[in-house]
Amino acid sequence: MALTFLRGIQLNPSMLYPSSYFARKHGVLYCCMRSAQTQTATQEKEQTKLKVSTQSQPKAVDKFLKDFEAVIGIETHVQLSTLTKAFCSCPYNYGSPPNTSVCPVCMGLPGALPVLNSKVIECAVRVGLALNCKLSLNSKFDRKQYFYPDLPKGYQISQFDIPIASDGYLDVDLPLEYGGGHRKFGITRVHMEEDAGKLLHTDGGSYSQVDLNRAGVPLLEIVSEPDMRTGIEAAEYAAELQRLVRYLGVGNGNMQEGSLRCDVNISVRPIGQLEFGTKVEIKNLNSFSSMSRAIDYEISRQVELHNQGQIDQIVQETRLWEEGAQKTVTMRKKEGLADYRYFPEPDLPGVTLTEEYVNSIRESLPELPEDKRRRYEKMGLSMQDVLFLANDINIADFFDTTTAGGADIKLAANWIMGDIAAYMKNEKVTINEIKLTPQELGELIASIKDETISGKIGKEILFELIAKGGTVKGLIKEKDLVQIVDTAEIEKMVDKVIADSPKQLEQYRGGKTKLQGYFAGQVMKESKGKANPKLLNKILSEKLNAKN
Amino acid sequence: MLSSVQTPRLLRFQSFSLKCLHTHPTTAPPPPHSQILTIRKSLLSREISAVDLAGTFLNRLRNTEPHLKSFLYVSDVVLKEAEEIDRKIAENEELGPLAGVLVGVKDNICTSDMPSTAGSKILENYRPPFDATAVGKMKKCGAIVIGKTNMDEFGMGSTTEGSGYQVTANPWDLSRVPGGSSGGSAAAVSARQCMVSLGSDTGGSVRQPASFCGVVGLKPTYGRVSRYGLVAYASSLDVIGCFGSSVADAGILLHAISGHDKFDATSSKKEVPDFASQFTARDQLDSKPLKGLRVGLIRETIEDGVDPDVISSIRGAASHLEELGCTVTEVSLPSFSLGLPAYYILASSESSSNLSRYDGIRYGKQVFADELNSLYGESRAGGLGSEVKMRILMGTYALSAGYYDAYYKRAQQVRTLVRESFRAALDENDILISPAAPSAAYKIGEKKNDPLSMYAGDIMTVNVNLAGLPALVLPCGFIDSSPVALPVGVQMISAAFEEEKLLKVGHMFEQTLQGCCFIPPLVADELAC
Repeated sequence: MALTFLRGIQLNPSMLYPSSYFARKHGVLYCCMRSAQTQTATQEKEQTKLKVSTQSQPKAVDKFLKDFEAVIGIETHVQLSTLTKAFCSCPYNYGSPPNTSVCPVCMGLPGALPVLNSKVIECAVRVGLALNCKLSLNSKFDRKQYFYPDLPKGYQISQFDIPIASDGYLDVDLPLEYGGGHRKFGITRVHMEEDAGKLLHTDGGSYSQVDLNRAGVPLLEIVSEPDMRTGIEAAEYAAELQRLVRYLGVGNGNMQEGSLRCDVNISVRPIGQLEFGTKVEIKNLNSFSSMSRAIDYEISRQVELHNQGQIDQIVQETRLWEEGAQKTVTMRKKEGLADYRYFPEPDLPGVTLTEEYVNSIRESLPELPEDKRRRYEKMGLSMQDVLFLANDINIADFFDTTTAGGADIKLAANWIMGDIAAYMKNEKVTINEIKLTPQELGELIASIKDETISGKIGKEILFELIAKGGTVKGLIKEKDLVQIVDTAEIEKMVDKVIADSPKQLEQYRGGKTKLQGYFAGQVMKESKGKANPKLLNKILSEKLNAKN
Repeated sequence: MLSSVQTPRLLRFQSFSLKCLHTHPTTAPPPPHSQILTIRKSLLSREISAVDLAGTFLNRLRNTEPHLKSFLYVSDVVLKEAEEIDRKIAENEELGPLAGVLVGVKDNICTSDMPSTAGSKILENYRPPFDATAVGKMKKCGAIVIGKTNMDEFGMGSTTEGSGYQVTANPWDLSRVPGGSSGGSAAAVSARQCMVSLGSDTGGSVRQPASFCGVVGLKPTYGRVSRYGLVAYASSLDVIGCFGSSVADAGILLHAISGHDKFDATSSKKEVPDFASQFTARDQLDSKPLKGLRVGLIRETIEDGVDPDVISSIRGAASHLEELGCTVTEVSLPSFSLGLPAYYILASSESSSNLSRYDGIRYGKQVFADELNSLYGESRAGGLGSEVKMRILMGTYALSAGYYDAYYKRAQQVRTLVRESFRAALDENDILISPAAPSAAYKIGEKKNDPLSMYAGDIMTVNVNLAGLPALVLPCGFIDSSPVALPVGVQMISAAFEEEKLLKVGHMFEQTLQGCCFIPPLVADELAC
């Protein structure tokens, strides 16, 4: 990355905490540099969309792809939401004021030593098992060495030759709007490492500031096999990883906050060719949709170069996705492989897992997205329902709890995907924030099914339940909403309406039978919406058509 | 290949006298006594106050420091802390085992209220926000840190000439080096500028200066003492060690700083015995107090390349141990000579990584530059000394792609051989002995431009670090030199976590060594034996 250092250190003592950590009293956490890119600014704006927009696959690509195939592999960094950092007891909260969550260890002060947070191992094992990996019972940490101002120790504690998990796979169901289908993508390895800090480049660009809050936050790096062929597949792989992380409760998987970061390696080759083409790495992918679009752009760029006989223009490099321009641009060319001079971390003992420990973790794993989808499928739900419900662990849990109480499966799915989802979307709330409980949804469904209330009333009280809470029984009682199924009572109301509307009756009997709707409406009004509609219509038509 | 330990044969050292060839022709000076226990007694009986005691040491420090330059920083709160001890005594409050003990702390061990530069300009004026665990433990025991002692930059060196600040002199002969890298700590105890001191030992940095300065130096088992707060040189080899003017003092100090530390994942959970409690007073020793103890004299350490006078001293020490009832045999450590190159590869490799953090970004010297690489390059070029740069370069080379297997990996294999070879020798013997250095203290400047010769001087000690074993160096005699005879130390090595055994043997050795006085001429007038 092109960085320019300019003279003059900017002082900002408020950023320093605690100030005694520094040899100098003020403002030491600064290096003066200017970056060619302003990545951080663009990163914050982009919104994650789970579904990729349809315009992302230009037709041209389809045509080109007849002769070429893309080979895509993804490196994902998942931030673990452990209470404290990987090697010290600092908490990490996204968005804290700079350098307020630091200590001698994560600042790399002389004499400070790392001590592993055992929760990191637990998370790694959970993810490794969920990705169907082989676990290394004896692994270790290594040092990956390079200089950068956001890397306090001059090395990153990572894992090199013995990752904690390897050789797994991830099952993915592609969205129906892209033709659906099931894919299995290989996982090469999962390893533990620590995150670096952040550089904040100033507007003027004359200096940069270092924020070490993120330094030492635990990460899992998940490397896929080069098994993906399209932008959609890649985006869906990443979305499935996000789902997995959330299902497992090991991280929040939030792409805007950088809790889930994907770097994509991509090459194209003529169909039938075995060896891979020259690969290009794409960074700055802040949503699944930008991932998909960036990949499709890059495929068409590379295929075009192939078609123009300019294969030599495809060079090993890192390219940056520019959201504004909707294209990738060269960030840096690779000049040979960087030598990170890995060697075993002497400050940390080896990581030893016992079979017992692994088994206990395996038993504690929740139902994973793939299992959930297959179960929903077996329950008879449509693929669309399956994908919607299993997409979000909280919605899936809500659905599962509702149906566990005996609620009708299809009806529960319909209510959740229909009115409840619409409400959440409008009000921008999650399913955990609405006041309706799965138990009451079950109650509501049952009350409609056994005709205690009508569907129409059901819908009315649903919104009340969502917004204000309460119980179905309580609301029915409070508002006196029990459906009227007493024939005599309905007859009475019908008689009254007919008697009150001689004109309409005359017209009806004169052949304008459409007016039955009018009568039904009046009766329903009379019953305050509580009359059983079937019974009402039956009695009404009998009475209207009676020849006397 | 590792061959088995050679069949031991009995040695006879008839020709060596047990008497020291020292230059103070006093009549049978008494053996060294524990300063810590003595001052405790004096304080509790109100014979002397902690303030008076501190004053005495500060005075001596002030008088000798212009000659020695063993301290990089002297605390300005010593008397205040001593007053607090006196208050506690006056009010009959409980006193810690190190109450009023004046300790020198090597400058690579972090102290929250004093600079900690590790002898490097790149950390000039750096003050850590925390105490090293060992320092914290000492302070809890009532110790008073008198100051920070000089050292070779980041512990890289064997003479203390590699300090970024000053050259420390040997109290026995001011034209000679005190050894290193803990030369300041050794010289300070030798000249009684403080009672005991902390050093660090990565390849012999406590033991060799102990030998050069005629004091007791104790390198504990790797993991016995927390490294938290010890500025890392080579993490898998570094240990904090103790200097004292008697074996008892080194043992008492070790006891205070040992034990598991949750801030050091490599610190051991092994129980810490009270090392000094088993000591027997000299007048209660029977004639053969070490009867049955099997002592192995490492053959490779008394061969060519070692000063014949040093060999004589060690043979003398061996026969003294025989007198005490030990069975002394020669043992061979076949991998011995491989230790030195393996050590220099591993230590340099780890240091090249450990020293990456001195980049001028967060603390230390930062040079203004126009771009990032220059900021790094110029800050490091200006802040780090030449020996340090050389080792960073060597280590970086050894860890580079394509060389890793030939250097780092191979050195690790040698390390395993060394460990095995010690294990075999310690299966046959209770302790092993050897010189602590191939020579006595040499002249300042003598090896400055000959790093290989300086590295070769570490041959006696580096193997012990590779194996992670504990070793005790204590003065065992003198060799003739002009103008004064120079002290020589014997090194005793035991199996891991057997410091107790070493201290017991060392204590008896020291208490029964006739006619030696290890107080250097610089302060001999003031402190006659």
